[in-house]
Amino acid sequence: MKSLKNHLSLIIALATILFTLQIFTIVERSLSSYETHLSDDYSLIIVASTALEPKEIAGIDSMIASSEAISPDRILDEFKEDLHGTNLELLKTTLPKFYRIRLRHFPTPEELSQLSGHLMKHPQITRVENFAKNHDMVYTLLYLFKNVITVFAIAIFAVTALLIVKELRIWQFQHSERMNIMALFGAPVWLRSAVLYRLAIVDALAASLLVNGIFFAIIENGWVASQLESIGISADLYRITPDSLILFAVALGISLILATLIVTGHREEA
Amino acid sequence: MDKVIIAENLTLGYTPNETIINKASFAIDASSFVFITGASGSGKSTLLKSMYGALRPQHGSLITGGVEMRDISTKKLNFLRRHLGIVFQDYKLIKEWTIEKNVMLPLIISGYEKDICESQVEKLLAHVKLSHQAGKYPMELSGGEQQRVAMARALAHNPILILADEPTGNLDNYSSQVIWNLLEGANQQLKTTVVVVTHHIPEQMSVDYKHFHIEYGNVYEVT
Repeated sequence: MKSLKNHLSLIIALATILFTLQIFTIVERSLSSYETHLSDDYSLIIVASTALEPKEIAGIDSMIASSEAISPDRILDEFKEDLHGTNLELLKTTLPKFYRIRLRHFPTPEELSQLSGHLMKHPQITRVENFAKNHDMVYTLLYLFKNVITVFAIAIFAVTALLIVKELRIWQFQHSERMNIMALFGAPVWLRSAVLYRLAIVDALAASLLVNGIFFAIIENGWVASQLESIGISADLYRITPDSLILFAVALGISLILATLIVTGHREEA
Repeated sequence: MDKVIIAENLTLGYTPNETIINKASFAIDASSFVFITGASGSGKSTLLKSMYGALRPQHGSLITGGVEMRDISTKKLNFLRRHLGIVFQDYKLIKEWTIEKNVMLPLIISGYEKDICESQVEKLLAHVKLSHQAGKYPMELSGGEQQRVAMARALAHNPILILADEPTGNLDNYSSQVIWNLLEGANQQLKTTVVVVTHHIPEQMSVDYKHFHIEYGNVYEVT
């Protein structure tokens, strides 16, 4: 029972780290997907005095993914009844050219300001509408959310690291007696530490199985995914093969480091 | 006669400024039975520890089983210990292992095959009359029984030397007698050298023994 309790304390500590790591990965993926979503929705409008080729617009800044001309027909339709056909054609040729510009990714306020500057330097471009106020607010919210999640993850990592250190002390106490006895009978270091490494591997496996099981259940349930999809986020919450391998590798790494610290820190009592 | 332990001007202490054993010189013959006595804190256990390498000599020389202990490497020390049987007052059994596995420890360390280990352990547990307790854990046994397990473990790999530190210190008269019989048996039948640190030498010993006494850091033979 006591042994099970000691196993559980490391498994819980490891599982907390893995859970935090996976949540952080999910949030990163969701934010990245949301950024793509925002980037797809977000566009700048430029006004040019003469017609511009899409290639020419794309050459202004590497952030520009594509551009399309905005047809003035919809506005001119409103004047159809009041203006004569030739006048309407004249108006159409004298109207400035409007273009919608899409970007490769959702820009930071600095990138947006820099891009607007580059666009305005073009001799034919007379005006740039970047909807900066709205963009900056969305970007600030996104940035804040990212930071909050990072701080939250660091805090959980710190608390769990303390738990692991405590566990290290318990393991040191628990295993040093057996290791001392084995040393008295001439056991080499690898044999003395074999039990410890076996426990570390078993606990890492148990913790990663637990966390993988939880996330597998979450994606099977589909509720979280449907909630995210409802706000336009369609990120992979949990990719079974790579994520389970990463979680197991992290758990194994931590527990093996823990075991190695105990083995290297062990001193035979005189 | 071959010497299993040779000490020359041996000085021991736990810190550089502390001297517990001062320039001791003595030798222990192979197949002999030796008692080391002295008052509490006189350095009996310290001397024994130096014999199995848990404490290195500060000065002088100590040779155990032909190996100089002063600058012994970890590898050599491990090798030496695989030929020693050590018995402690507090038994030093591994709590989370069964009695059977505890007795098997020196055989596992020496790399014996599993079936050889099992048959040897079976014989030893029968010898110390604990066959029926093989699957139990140390905490489920009385002090006397635990010390018998420790004795079986010390004998498992036919050591050249048994070092016993107050082996009957925590035991009642009956259990103590069982332990003395086992130590005498190992010495007489297996010709194993036995060195016992104790407060009192039992009155009825059936073997001839040597007696060293420690007083004020000096080791001298009692004749």
